[in-house]
Amino acid sequence: MSGHSTYNPTSGFGKWMDARLPIARLMHDSFVSYPVPRNLNAFYTFGGILMIMLISQIITGVVIAMHFTPNETMAFESVHLLRRDVSFGGTLQSWHAVGASMFFVAVYIHIFRGLYYGSYKAPREILWILGVVIFLLMMATAFMGYVLPWGQMSLWGAQVITNFFTAIPVVGQTVQEYLLGGYGVGNATLNRFFSLHYLLPFMIAGIVILHVWALHVTGQTNPTGVEVKSKQDVIPFTPYATVKDALALVVFMIIMCYFVFYMPDYLGHADNYIPANADVTPAHIVPEWYFLPFYAILRAIDFNIGIPFTEIVLIDSKLGGVLAMFGSIAILFLVPWLDTSSVRSANYRPTYKVFFWLFVVNSIFLGYLGSRPAEGIWLPLMKGSTFLYFAHFILVMPLLGFFEKPLPRPASITDAVLGKNGKETTSDPVAAE
Amino acid sequence: MSEHSDSDATRRDFLYIATGAAGAAAVGGIVWPLVSQMGPNAQEIAAGVPIEVNIGDIEEGRVITVTWRRKKYFIRHLTAAEVDAAKTKEQGDFRDFVTAADRITGPEGGEAVWSVYGANCTHLGCIPTEVKENGDTWRCACHGSRFDVIGRVTKGPAPVNLPQPPMVFASEDTLIIGTDKVGA
Repeated sequence: MSGHSTYNPTSGFGKWMDARLPIARLMHDSFVSYPVPRNLNAFYTFGGILMIMLISQIITGVVIAMHFTPNETMAFESVHLLRRDVSFGGTLQSWHAVGASMFFVAVYIHIFRGLYYGSYKAPREILWILGVVIFLLMMATAFMGYVLPWGQMSLWGAQVITNFFTAIPVVGQTVQEYLLGGYGVGNATLNRFFSLHYLLPFMIAGIVILHVWALHVTGQTNPTGVEVKSKQDVIPFTPYATVKDALALVVFMIIMCYFVFYMPDYLGHADNYIPANADVTPAHIVPEWYFLPFYAILRAIDFNIGIPFTEIVLIDSKLGGVLAMFGSIAILFLVPWLDTSSVRSANYRPTYKVFFWLFVVNSIFLGYLGSRPAEGIWLPLMKGSTFLYFAHFILVMPLLGFFEKPLPRPASITDAVLGKNGKETTSDPVAAE
Repeated sequence: MSEHSDSDATRRDFLYIATGAAGAAAVGGIVWPLVSQMGPNAQEIAAGVPIEVNIGDIEEGRVITVTWRRKKYFIRHLTAAEVDAAKTKEQGDFRDFVTAADRITGPEGGEAVWSVYGANCTHLGCIPTEVKENGDTWRCACHGSRFDVIGRVTKGPAPVNLPQPPMVFASEDTLIIGTDKVGA
């Protein structure tokens, strides 16, 4: 899509600058004249929303870091001082905490959008992989951020998550001690998590630049999955996509503001308003909602995997749980090659569409299971739901490509748009929206 | 290629390898302190010396919790019934079987009625709470692991029994956790 640049500086300074550092040209080509398919729907606005969310998190984060003390005796107090005594501190802290949740709302919609419209298929594999890397960095950042207020959930969350590494055979214990900076979660842990929590968003920003670069090389997908074929298929990013993204952002922000101003603690956990206490584990440890599906997968593996009829254990229950949990994200890296169908959009894949929605429902159900205790009926349900999660990637995606009979696809984006409207041709892009 | 340039190439190869080796050593020298600073610092290590626990006051059937190296340990004074119950269990009840004799200990010349084990679940480190149901004594609220009275795992995702620390009885009433040699 990176074609001929249409940037044309008019002012003397603009021309002078363009001959030296053509940054205005880069911005113009990337966000003004950049052609996008004319049939993008609302689900395609979440990329822009995510970029704004990243910026919002960095700005509020930098500001509230000015009031935060990364010390085990003072961290909890400093957060509550920020909330109560700093001018607008409560709003800023809440914006940052609620912002993390909304960031994940947007990223999950963005990922499901990609899975539905086959956004990972050639030639967009690298684009997709960079997205998964961003997702992983987001999870690490969110986890370390949740540790900083140093409440009970902070401490015990850190305890549980860093214990994942003790599942590594032989060196696990040492690895954990080096991560924590001590024999257990303590001041050294809090300090380094603060340092890394500050660093990672900038690494995310770096990968986002690569993600957008890759996107602008291959061009966006669109609901038909048919590649752009002519100038008729596209409209310039500005004003069409910018206005659409802005509208979606406003709606998104209204929802976010409702939480920030009316229910700032709704998405958090009451136990995190109790200062960290290494002597008492909260009765019911649950991570933030956006980690719940993975938490359910972790807990589903409560059995050793060994050679049948012997006592030889190959993978014990703990390592198995950790592998399954990381595997549930790592498998996303392989999606471009697991899906064998040549049809991109689920709109023209009647069977995949059904399985896709089953996958969505199952993922939400996994999240619900993640919030339930690991006992009774919940355990077999966690196992079944975990199996379905992996089956979608390992069985459904590869096999459907061979068995599914796709529906006829339109010859071009323009055909699809005009056909859907059932009207005679007009090349006015506004009418096509 | 003349013979002359062949001998040049050999000399150059040597320089490449020598430069590469020096570069690798330099990178290693830079990475080493960056990684090393991550580990427990000298204060943390110093605070991790063995601890002495007075167990004379712990009545039969009671359990106390002590901390060594930021990890909790349960010191349990078993009743005769608990010792018997622990000894009659069979391998089938456990994932990671260790005979009761290995986990029930006592001072030299005293009764073997003590069981000492880590209080952080071997799954992901939460502290189990005492429940006393279905023959189990401990239940971890985090992920549902269960342990018997001497810390052997019976159910749930915990892969192994609650670990026993290095320990030694210095006298009838004194237990040292953190070393298995008296006077160390």
